[in-house]
Amino acid sequence: MAAPTLRSKRRRSALRTAAFLSPWLIGFGVFFAYPMVSTVYFSFMRYDGFQPPSFNGLANWTYVFRDYPMFWPALRNTLWLVVVMTACRVVFGLGVGLLITKIKTGAGVFRTLFYLPYLAPPVAATLAFVFLLNPGTGPVNSVLEGLGVPAPAWFTDAAWSKPALTMLAVWGVGDLMVIFMAALLDVPKEQYEAAELDGASALQRFRFVTLPNIAPIVMFAVVTGIIQAMQYYTQPLVAGKVASGVIGGSGQSFEPGYPDKSTLTLPQLVYNLGFQRFDYGAACATALVLFALAMAFTALLMRRRGGLVQAGD
Amino acid sequence: MPARPRRRAAAALAVTASIGLFASACTGQSDGAAAADDPNAKVTLTFWHGWAAESEVKAINDSIERFERAHPNITVNAVGDINDDKLNQALRTGGSKGPDVVSSFTTSNVGKFCSSGAFADLKPFIEKSKLDLEKVFPKTLLDYTQFEGKRCAMPLLTDAYGLYYNKDAFKAAGLDPAKPPKTYSELLSYAKKLTKPKGDGFETLGFMPNYHGYETTTEHYLGSWGPSYFDAAGKSAVASDPAFAAMLTTQKKMVDELGGYAKLEKFRTAFGAEFGPKHPFHTGQVAMQLDGEWRLGMAVDAKAPFDIGVAPMPVPDDRAAEYGKGFLSGTIMGIAPRSTKQNAAWELVKFMTTDTEAVVAFANGIRNVPSTFEALDSPNLNLDPRFRTFLDIARHPKSNTPAGAVNGAAHLNTLQDFALQYEKGEVPDLQAGLAKTARQIDTDIAKAK
Repeated sequence: MAAPTLRSKRRRSALRTAAFLSPWLIGFGVFFAYPMVSTVYFSFMRYDGFQPPSFNGLANWTYVFRDYPMFWPALRNTLWLVVVMTACRVVFGLGVGLLITKIKTGAGVFRTLFYLPYLAPPVAATLAFVFLLNPGTGPVNSVLEGLGVPAPAWFTDAAWSKPALTMLAVWGVGDLMVIFMAALLDVPKEQYEAAELDGASALQRFRFVTLPNIAPIVMFAVVTGIIQAMQYYTQPLVAGKVASGVIGGSGQSFEPGYPDKSTLTLPQLVYNLGFQRFDYGAACATALVLFALAMAFTALLMRRRGGLVQAGD
Repeated sequence: MPARPRRRAAAALAVTASIGLFASACTGQSDGAAAADDPNAKVTLTFWHGWAAESEVKAINDSIERFERAHPNITVNAVGDINDDKLNQALRTGGSKGPDVVSSFTTSNVGKFCSSGAFADLKPFIEKSKLDLEKVFPKTLLDYTQFEGKRCAMPLLTDAYGLYYNKDAFKAAGLDPAKPPKTYSELLSYAKKLTKPKGDGFETLGFMPNYHGYETTTEHYLGSWGPSYFDAAGKSAVASDPAFAAMLTTQKKMVDELGGYAKLEKFRTAFGAEFGPKHPFHTGQVAMQLDGEWRLGMAVDAKAPFDIGVAPMPVPDDRAAEYGKGFLSGTIMGIAPRSTKQNAAWELVKFMTTDTEAVVAFANGIRNVPSTFEALDSPNLNLDPRFRTFLDIARHPKSNTPAGAVNGAAHLNTLQDFALQYEKGEVPDLQAGLAKTARQIDTDIAKAK
């Protein structure tokens, strides 16, 4: 009777494991797996949220890729933000972190000053930036014009709207600064001392000591930055609306992605299709494109940099 | 720990985080209940509306009070500042705290509301109440509250669009304040005379023609032409009806001759908020403004320091006989399809939209154009004498509004999108561009059907 006892022990063990895992499994199933499967399902259905869904094959996909004029501009903008905004945030966050860890006096004040913008609500911060960068009345352009420097039209010029959004994102880099500061303070001092004894310059110490030690944090910042850029919704929407003169009033006409669709991002399309045009199917197809892109970027970075794992770990 | 399993774990975490991108986007419900409730039972209705300004909320609450006095068994819980996006979500999900009666400022969404079932079909209620709507409402209002024969909304006050002008600026420019421009040629000529340059911008601009100049949108301009948005086969007519090309070229000419797109757009960024006291017409930054009837009250409230003139919007030079007409839209009111109190809800809708005293009092309170024939002629209308212009526009047989579509305002947005490119000078071939726009509108509508 040894075999049944072993089987029953294994079963009990499996049940115990499942019981311990169940909160996560339930959460994963309800909040991730079910919506994901639903998204795939609805991307092949005609569904407006009112009438029962009906199968429509690849119609949603062909509409999004071939017929929906906002898709490609939004995709290009999203990719631009993923590459440029993420890079700027990481470089600036690391730079500020380095600066503040080196400062001997007043570090607390600077830390607070650089962190505070991160706490500003996105809508308020965006409104403030649109006001500051207003080409007609904004103080930034007044200063630039006073100095004889050509003043861009910022949020009202398609060539400058995304750089302006990037400036806004860099301004709120306090979260990355704190993470980088913690990582930088965690680098063993002996390694710097050994490098100095070997005659390494400041740049070499950064390249061969600091960077390898904080590489997992850099990777974390890049991956989360990419996901944030993919989800970028509130700031471009508010900036586009305010700059185009539409700041409220139901029924007002609004140019999506003003100016020239330059602030249009994929999450805005998901909202536009699903919640304004009642086209859940096309919205789900767009959401899946977003998901595939996020996965592709993450997988690429993981493969190139060895994931969130420190070298030799 | 070996790197590979950790990498897998990290990848799994990344997958999980990525799923969050769209996890909340795609869920939904299907259609709901029929009307079997007792309209005389004691009930509380939830009414969602879009008004938010203090004076507007007071006006709607006063109207609700009148209804409650007339229907003591019904209490109304009014919820303001609701836009169409919030409304759509509530109508989809239903629930005990959802609205029973709904309203929207976006008449162009009626096609979507009716065809999707977002608003309940009102035909059974109208028949039960023996209402002859054609005797109650002007035709344009009846048109924009139904779609393809399905009536899912009732008109609740009207918005009529006309031309506001600064009489003091007219006098200073040597123009007769009693003679506002009647054609687009005159509008441009007057605008040039009223414009005062300042540096590389303007001290005063005679008229802001850009589509972003608040109410100077394609559909509002097109009110002066009154085109057919769709042909007999239901296909977009933006390329086949010459009115569209005529409007676009007329507007583009104004843009070019008043300073060019870039210069006008830079000047526009200095404007105050559309619904605030620093509106450019109030401040004198622009001397003429295409706007809705509400602007008069707002300009008076903002103590605009000049004599305000009001007139119908000019018409195309070759349609001078149609002067007096204008673009019409308005608030619409309907019943949530999942409400379990639809008969009581109809009592509120019927009262607010067809009871003459209620409509007149609400129009007085909110300074909108009343929506029924009787209310338009009511001696109790207590409005600024200049407001008569808008009453006349509302009555004008050639006043118009865009045709509805199954995908709501999407076709208007597509046209506006094209118009924005055209006004910037980015469209080399107007007719080819309009043909492409028409194809896009047809594709979008086919997708929505």
